[in-house]
Amino acid sequence: MMTLKVNGRDHQVDAEADTPLLYVLRDDLALNAAKFGCGLGQCGACTVIVDGKAVLSCVTPLLLLEGKQVTTLEGLGSIETPAPIQRAFIEEQAAQCGYCIAGMMMRAQALLQRNAKPTDDEIRAEMEPHLCRCGTHMRILRAIRRAAHLMQTADASTVQRSAQ
Amino acid sequence: MMTGRIVGGAVAALVVAGMAVAFAIAWRPSIAAIDAPAPQTFDAALVRRGRDLASIGNCSTCHTMRSGKDFAGGLPVPTPFGTIYSSNITPDAETGIGRWPEAAFRRALRSGVDRSGRHLYPTFPYDHFTKVNDEDDRALYAYLMTRQPVRAPAYANQLSFPFDQRFVVAGWKLLFLHGGTYQPDSTKSAEWNRGAYLVEGLAHCGACHTPRNALGAERASAQFAGGEADNWSAYAINAQSRAPVPWDADALFVYLRQGWHPDHGVARGPMAEVVSNLSDVPDSDIRAIATYMAGVFGPPTPDRKRRSDDVLAQVKSSSAPALPVSAAGAAIYQAACAACHESGRRLPYGGVNLALSSALSVPDARNAANTILSGIRPVEGERGPIMPGFAASMNNAQIAALLDYLRARFSSQLPWAGLEQTVADARHAQIVFLQTSPGPNNTPADASQRDKP
Repeated sequence: MMTLKVNGRDHQVDAEADTPLLYVLRDDLALNAAKFGCGLGQCGACTVIVDGKAVLSCVTPLLLLEGKQVTTLEGLGSIETPAPIQRAFIEEQAAQCGYCIAGMMMRAQALLQRNAKPTDDEIRAEMEPHLCRCGTHMRILRAIRRAAHLMQTADASTVQRSAQ
Repeated sequence: MMTGRIVGGAVAALVVAGMAVAFAIAWRPSIAAIDAPAPQTFDAALVRRGRDLASIGNCSTCHTMRSGKDFAGGLPVPTPFGTIYSSNITPDAETGIGRWPEAAFRRALRSGVDRSGRHLYPTFPYDHFTKVNDEDDRALYAYLMTRQPVRAPAYANQLSFPFDQRFVVAGWKLLFLHGGTYQPDSTKSAEWNRGAYLVEGLAHCGACHTPRNALGAERASAQFAGGEADNWSAYAINAQSRAPVPWDADALFVYLRQGWHPDHGVARGPMAEVVSNLSDVPDSDIRAIATYMAGVFGPPTPDRKRRSDDVLAQVKSSSAPALPVSAAGAAIYQAACAACHESGRRLPYGGVNLALSSALSVPDARNAANTILSGIRPVEGERGPIMPGFAASMNNAQIAALLDYLRARFSSQLPWAGLEQTVADARHAQIVFLQTSPGPNNTPADASQRDKP
């Protein structure tokens, strides 16, 4: 039994120390935004934020999360009140099949929390670990730029809500 | 009074004579500029050969910066004397080598002097390139002069006095630059000689794999005893190698050809760039390098051979011994690493069994730390090993505990000291490296692409 802090709440989790965070999020906590893609930390679909950094949850065992804050896409906003990053992805229609998008948004969120005005080169370098087979890359890049803009303007209040 | 004047005069004469000698040693004439030759004036076959040679010389790695244009320079190279920026070697007339005649290019490779007569810093490894023959210099010149010209002015080096004075380099050369192209050893095979010519010359393996003295020159008495490159340790590649399984010519060939070997693991860091560049080069040259280097490693002693057999047997049975070491490290290994590294699948489908890892047997923990932090990137279009990096999910204490455990379990060496600092430094260096190094190399792996200039 260990305590896992997810989206600002403590959860008592009954799982082995080597269980990947992704399994716990999806199977035990019903947080299904993070996706199982490759299971090898190579595609980015499972990305969540841990203590402000983008982390591949499929290769991160519970053992490493003692005392750390996990944020998933559900922790950023909801359908009713989307966070700036979510609004930006919707407004740019950046998803096609959508499987990679939750991971993309989480890494972009971590980037924008660290660097409010990234250059295009910085965005591309940061997003490089993420695969998208539909090919919506250009829309994703636009959405990240839009999110950066949104966060600096009207919606700044919602940005840091739970993604520490 | 009189004596004083005589002494004073003698001192003055000595100073003047000394300056004249220093000037004679340091001064090099300028070579007249030419109008940049048109690319079509170069023979296509020569350009193609130059391309292979430039790959062997690993030229693009230093002369290209991250997200910069090929060969346009600007890469900061940290040295103990300050930071030196690589130069633009595209044929741009103003900022590159477009107006250099072949004689000036050859002089730069042979003796480290640019067209205008300035001494070049030995970060440019002309102590090796001086061994390259005229024919290959010509091919390299043809290749570089037919690249896309890029306007990219040089960055100013950041060196402290006296190292910012280029005449100082002339003194360095007196001590450490031994000119003369490679002379074959008639008692050895043609393949061995080809390998020696490439390794000692253009490939400049010793530039990283040989330790350097206080003046930054390779220590001839410790050739290939291990050095460093870009915050990675470059392993000893002679009889002092700590590789759990001794290297032989076949293993070296496979490793240099594909970038990994099941009994040795994966080329990482700067060596990954070397093998990526080598993917352009014909098998025969890789084979020659492997043959020569196998001789440098020498045959394993009976003791090493026995230990190697033990390790290989242990890898097959893969039973974990109980160890009274860092419990935290053991738990992290079991949870985060063992699933791949003890899968029983050989590279590239599983992680290498860490009992085979040189990184855990060498005195320097940096390579192991770097690999845990950044993982191993996939090479586009190739069936190769991969590993996720753990920089974001493990903190320094966790990585230090893991390294401590790995060292105890998988090597017969004493524990590493100061691991948390090593990891902290590696984390910092990695961030700097990612900001400045060339992006991932997507050299075509398809052999049919290799003869295209």
